[in-house]
Amino acid sequence: MPNFFLDNSDLSFHFKKFDLRNIVALAEDDYAQAKEFPDAPVNYDDAMENYKKVLEIVGDLAASRIGPRTASVDLEGVKLEDGSVSYASGTQKSLHELAQADLMGMVLPRKYGGLNFPFTIYIMAIEIISRADASLMNLFGLQDIGDTIRKFGNERQREEFLPKFSTGEYTGAMALTEPDAGSDLQSVKLQAYQNQDGAWFLRGVKRFITNGNGQVLLVLARSEAGTKDGRGLSLFVCKSGGSVKVRRIENKLGIHGSPTCELQFNDTPAQLIGSRKFGLIKYVLDLMYRARMGVSAQALGISQAAYEEALRYARDRVQFGKAIYALPAVSNMLIEMRVALETNRSLLYHTAQAVDRKEKVEELVEKLKGEGKSFAEQNSELKQATKLANLLTPVTKYVLTESANRMAYDALQIHGGTGYMKEFRVERLARDARITNIYEGTSQMQIVAAAGNVMNDILKEDFDAKEARTYRSGFDKLVECLKEIRSLFYDALKYVLEKKDTTFQDIAAKDLVELYSYLIIGYLVLDDAEVDQRKAFIANRYILNALAKARGNVEAIKSGVFSDILHADKILLNHD
Amino acid sequence: MYHSIVLVKQVPDTANITGNVMQEDGTVNRAKLPAVFNHEDKVALEIALQIKDTYGGTVSAITMGPPRASDILRECLYMGADRVYLISDRKFAGADTLATSYVLSEAIKKIGAFDFIFAGRQAIDGDTAQVGPQTAEKLQIPQITYVEEIRSVENRTVTAKRKIDGGFEIVRCTLPVLLTVVKDTAEPRSFKAKRVMAYKGARSLMEIEKLVEGNSLLSTDALVNEYESRSLFIRTLTMDDLKLDAVRCGVRGSPTKVYEVDSVVLSGGEHEHVEPTKAGIGKLIDKLIEDHILG
Repeated sequence: MPNFFLDNSDLSFHFKKFDLRNIVALAEDDYAQAKEFPDAPVNYDDAMENYKKVLEIVGDLAASRIGPRTASVDLEGVKLEDGSVSYASGTQKSLHELAQADLMGMVLPRKYGGLNFPFTIYIMAIEIISRADASLMNLFGLQDIGDTIRKFGNERQREEFLPKFSTGEYTGAMALTEPDAGSDLQSVKLQAYQNQDGAWFLRGVKRFITNGNGQVLLVLARSEAGTKDGRGLSLFVCKSGGSVKVRRIENKLGIHGSPTCELQFNDTPAQLIGSRKFGLIKYVLDLMYRARMGVSAQALGISQAAYEEALRYARDRVQFGKAIYALPAVSNMLIEMRVALETNRSLLYHTAQAVDRKEKVEELVEKLKGEGKSFAEQNSELKQATKLANLLTPVTKYVLTESANRMAYDALQIHGGTGYMKEFRVERLARDARITNIYEGTSQMQIVAAAGNVMNDILKEDFDAKEARTYRSGFDKLVECLKEIRSLFYDALKYVLEKKDTTFQDIAAKDLVELYSYLIIGYLVLDDAEVDQRKAFIANRYILNALAKARGNVEAIKSGVFSDILHADKILLNHD
Repeated sequence: MYHSIVLVKQVPDTANITGNVMQEDGTVNRAKLPAVFNHEDKVALEIALQIKDTYGGTVSAITMGPPRASDILRECLYMGADRVYLISDRKFAGADTLATSYVLSEAIKKIGAFDFIFAGRQAIDGDTAQVGPQTAEKLQIPQITYVEEIRSVENRTVTAKRKIDGGFEIVRCTLPVLLTVVKDTAEPRSFKAKRVMAYKGARSLMEIEKLVEGNSLLSTDALVNEYESRSLFIRTLTMDDLKLDAVRCGVRGSPTKVYEVDSVVLSGGEHEHVEPTKAGIGKLIDKLIEDHILG
């Protein structure tokens, strides 16, 4: 039986490397939950065995059932008839099967019917599902909605919504974007107002809402009349149907199985989540960590699928008397893809664990606060963890989603003319990949999000420590390369800071973030290579490539190539 | 509310036969084949679970087999079976369909009241399609074989569509009844994550005995009790538990003897040309009758 978890040795590699001991202990109340729930683990090894077995179920569903339906889902798409949205028949079947297998509440607590899994495992499940059908991820990956209600809602809301998320009866949507508020969510206008009894109602329009037809909507709305910025926004939860109208669904380039809706709220009754005015500045920002990780995992799943298609085709296709796989130009492209795939995976699961740690420490701090206990130590740990997650999340989304596009592009290229035809899967992958570096924050926004921490060099101590330690003898050259990349980074950073020009900084940020990403990933793959000999090939190609690119990044910053930005109007608009 | 019993069997995974599995004499080296859940039995379990989902009730799965058949009983638990039974004894070895159906029918009598018994049409190792029907006969209940759809269950009456040569027929029957199902009747559901985590530690008597073997600090009875208290004991029934007639079990109770096994290698050989005329077809039919292929 094909299985997208078991057939991918790189997933097993990372699964075995996971260090979730503290995370699981916190999530399982030091394994006390086992007394109450038969599916709860009794210790860490038991927990890891559980995760493995459940990922096997995900892998089985993805390979045997979801994957074979993807072409028909892409063709059939979603429909809007008489105001109600229906999924493609294949999507409906897949959702039913995921729910039947208890997989729709993976991260929710057991008392609400969930599996209480670490975020990291959920991210791996998303990668596996996305390899089969990227568009299904948009529904499967919206389990975060439930998690946001769990984190910031009250107990009554948790009891009202979460059990039905766990059974799959509810799916949700994050209704944030509006026609005039995309990347700039501070401009959200949708109005939230109260009646005399204090009940909340929503009025206005949301656009580009993934799964906007879902039963439960999390809505970012302006609760403070007269305000203009993010501090006037609050988060609300409401049910769909009734006064919420799906006005249209978008006709998209890719992810056809996932409905993208325009929603009109006509005095829709809603409940406030958490506290007023914290909607954007706390809750949405928090939700974004997980949403961005979800999209990164989606991008990696698409990349894996694209690589498989390219490899298979290259080995089957004979030209000039041999498989094109044997042509150096093609095999080189395949190696580039494979290296990107594996290094991206190292970054994804490194970041997933960092986000997991941050979330769990955050909960611990809240718990200690609630119990009136001292939490100073945990609080400083939380600060560190938050800083790290703040850096790694946008870097991961930037690198993985750009890379997915590159890989889908190359995979199609390897197919030649046939790749351009609808009959081959690779053209769908190229279309599906294209959204990943746009939604949940464009690549350009990820650079902005990461730039501050990069310019503050927040991983300085980590990199110092890595430079100080000894690696296996064969890795001397790679270690030297990483040191060189680091000094190139400092060289570029110094240049940017000394220039004291914010416009220049904004442009140079992309190169600086990329330089920093080479260091983050470079050391991760070096660590991988220490435990797995085959990974030395991956580390070698990645780090040598990174050094070449790093030289280019620095050159771009220092050469003055960006100075013409001051003359943009002359270049672009022919203004004198 | 209906109580169903499902007959399941662990079979060699014939989809993964490799070179060293087939032996010189044409028999199969079972030790080299991974064992799997007979697919049609899994379909039978799915139908039983669907009846439970719709009308309520319970689903019990039973298998007669060696200790390692516990694997498929765990899979039954993962899919949603409420109770599972391993019918296992060295003295059951070598059973043909007659002996197997005897043991199964006695086990079912012991397990208790039921409304439905479901089984796959046949197992892929023997391909006899006899165990289901023979079990029904021994229990003296009606049977519907080759079921491809359950049309309805009302007033303790089931209406089923069964496959026959060249078409189908609709059959109605009062409960209790035994049904054998074909592979297209339903797609077996996936394992349920929570049940996999909850039941992955379920063990049969023989598996517990194995744990005890290497450890003098453990006792089988104590361990069985512990597994039972955690709902992790796979109920295990031996010949003594069932008070069976030894003469009717295993090899002794099996009149079927394998006389000879031929390794048949299909290959294209000679061929005769038949004229597409009345006379030509007539000659062909005569030849087929002569070769005992027809008639």
